[in-house]
Amino acid sequence: MESVDNTIGNIGTAAAGSQRSYVRTRKAMIRQTMTAILRVINTVCLLALVLVFALPFIWMVSTSLKTLPETMIFPPRWIPTDPVWQNYADAWNTGPFLRYFTNSIIIAGGILILQMLTIIPASYAFARYRFAGSSFLFGIVMVTLMIPAQLIFLPVYLELSAFKLLNTHLGLILPFASSAFGIFMLRQAFMQISDELIEAARLDQAAEWKIILRIMVPLVKPVLVTFALFSFIAHWNDYFWPLVMTTNETARTLPLGIAKIREVEGVATWNVLMAGNLILVTPILIVFFLSQRQIIKAFVYNGVK
Amino acid sequence: MAKIELKHISKKFKDETVIEDLNLTIKDGSFTVLVGPSGCGKSTTLRMVAGLEKQTGGEIWIDDECVNDTPPGLRDVAMVFQNYALYPTMSVRGNIEFGLKNRGIAKREREKLIADISEIVGLTPHLNKKPQNLSGGQRQRVALARAMVKQPKVFILDEPLSNLDAKLRNQMRTELIQLHKRLGTTFVYVTHDQVEAMSMGDEIVVMNKGVIQQADTPMKLYHDPANRFTAEFIGTPAMNMMNGQDLQGIEIRSAAAVGHVGFRPEQALIGAGAEIEGYEIEGEILTRESLGAENIYQIQSRTGVFFVKTFLAPLETAARVKVTIPYGQLYYFGLNGERLRGVEASSKRLAAAGGR
Repeated sequence: MESVDNTIGNIGTAAAGSQRSYVRTRKAMIRQTMTAILRVINTVCLLALVLVFALPFIWMVSTSLKTLPETMIFPPRWIPTDPVWQNYADAWNTGPFLRYFTNSIIIAGGILILQMLTIIPASYAFARYRFAGSSFLFGIVMVTLMIPAQLIFLPVYLELSAFKLLNTHLGLILPFASSAFGIFMLRQAFMQISDELIEAARLDQAAEWKIILRIMVPLVKPVLVTFALFSFIAHWNDYFWPLVMTTNETARTLPLGIAKIREVEGVATWNVLMAGNLILVTPILIVFFLSQRQIIKAFVYNGVK
Repeated sequence: MAKIELKHISKKFKDETVIEDLNLTIKDGSFTVLVGPSGCGKSTTLRMVAGLEKQTGGEIWIDDECVNDTPPGLRDVAMVFQNYALYPTMSVRGNIEFGLKNRGIAKREREKLIADISEIVGLTPHLNKKPQNLSGGQRQRVALARAMVKQPKVFILDEPLSNLDAKLRNQMRTELIQLHKRLGTTFVYVTHDQVEAMSMGDEIVVMNKGVIQQADTPMKLYHDPANRFTAEFIGTPAMNMMNGQDLQGIEIRSAAAVGHVGFRPEQALIGAGAEIEGYEIEGEILTRESLGAENIYQIQSRTGVFFVKTFLAPLETAARVKVTIPYGQLYYFGLNGERLRGVEASSKRLAAAGGR
């Protein structure tokens, strides 16, 4: 009798045990499937997002290699049957493109250099010194962030014309010699740096300019590079300001030149226009790829801090 | 090498007075430790010596020269910060070299100095690394090397060991002591850890609320505290304090009123025989901490909780114990916390017996 009882008992516990382990594995399996599904959804969403941003660009590249009739075909064809590289030459030859190109480089580059010269000392001063009226002055800088360019272009135009700076490089550079946004961004970055670093440098007998250039600026390099890229792109692509401030070709920039392609023959030559656009964005893409690592660092750094 | 004198120093942050009328002489070549609870003004004092903080009033003299208006870089003072404050974008070599470059020292001499220093602190294999790739101890060494390479008159160290783990801290402690012997320069060291202060300093300045409580050698601080604050601050566990009114069975003959009576945990004896004359307390053991060579007991008595520390004795297992403190080991403090000297005590019963 006893042995029978034991056997039954054993079977019972064994059954319970296996059921428990079965439940456990099923739970684990559900969890695994869930993470797998989530990962797939995540990837799909990211891909969709990439497509949203990349499709127009791919379309632009595709169009720039088509013949004009081919651009009108419906349904559209993604890959042109016979790539027409001539479009690029045509775009380049619609106007003095070499001049536009050098103008763009001089102006976007000049703005960048001037901005670096002004925002680094300004933001350092706002971040690190307490002087009479410092918060008031910073307030004024912040207010300028809120004034749209469309509001002040007329007075600036009159001013530039009074100084005989219309149609000059300087006239397109000077209004952007400093950037409130840059000062704000860099000031925040400078404020995050610990005081002790500066104190250590003071004890190391470092002059103030040396503290800024050798210690502080290298520390905010990711932020600085990010700002430089934003600024460069914005002024490289700027259409409004050069359009208003120039009346002839001497100082006109690439975006104006490309807009002119549309006007050449009355009909919009989309293929040539897109080729022109690619000429416009290629330098920016190159700059971006060169500084990509720094930019990602800037955002990660700010996020972690 | 230099003597540092602080004369009538005061410091206010806006309306808050941190330090008032502080006078201190730091001897030439000494290892002086400023110690006190956080917010007692020790770091502020140190930063004023370094020139990183301007005193509101008073004068600071380094080597018979008033440095009130000398910028930090020209005071010939080197500082080691709590979080090291290494320049993150420079290599170890760059960190050590920066101060030398700013002084306009020639390249060849710089290289020799760096080579020597990195040999001393054991950084030679790491000279080209960035600080972020170093361990805590190595960073500490870079900070030390950066200070040492300038061959300053005064070394200032602001809690330099508090970011290290316990083992490394002990190791660096001995290294710092050796370093001080080797250089013979004046070291001024700030810490809130009295153990660190006792083990490293040959001169300790105990501070509280911006006021110097006592400045003396470690042994004098321990055996002869000037007031209740010092008595309770130095020593682990801290000195036990009893309210003078709570004492029973003891007769105290004192010129001034006794506010508190204290004794060190390591001077109390558990279960001592009748041959030892002393103040007796009975109590219940609350906790026992056995550290191997020593045991620490927390005991609840009629007058409150106190600690007893024994050495190389078996762990006491009884729940209730009698603790005896020899009369000579009692410290008496006045109503304002000042130390009372020349106080005599005896047991009441004995005195009564003698009178009969």
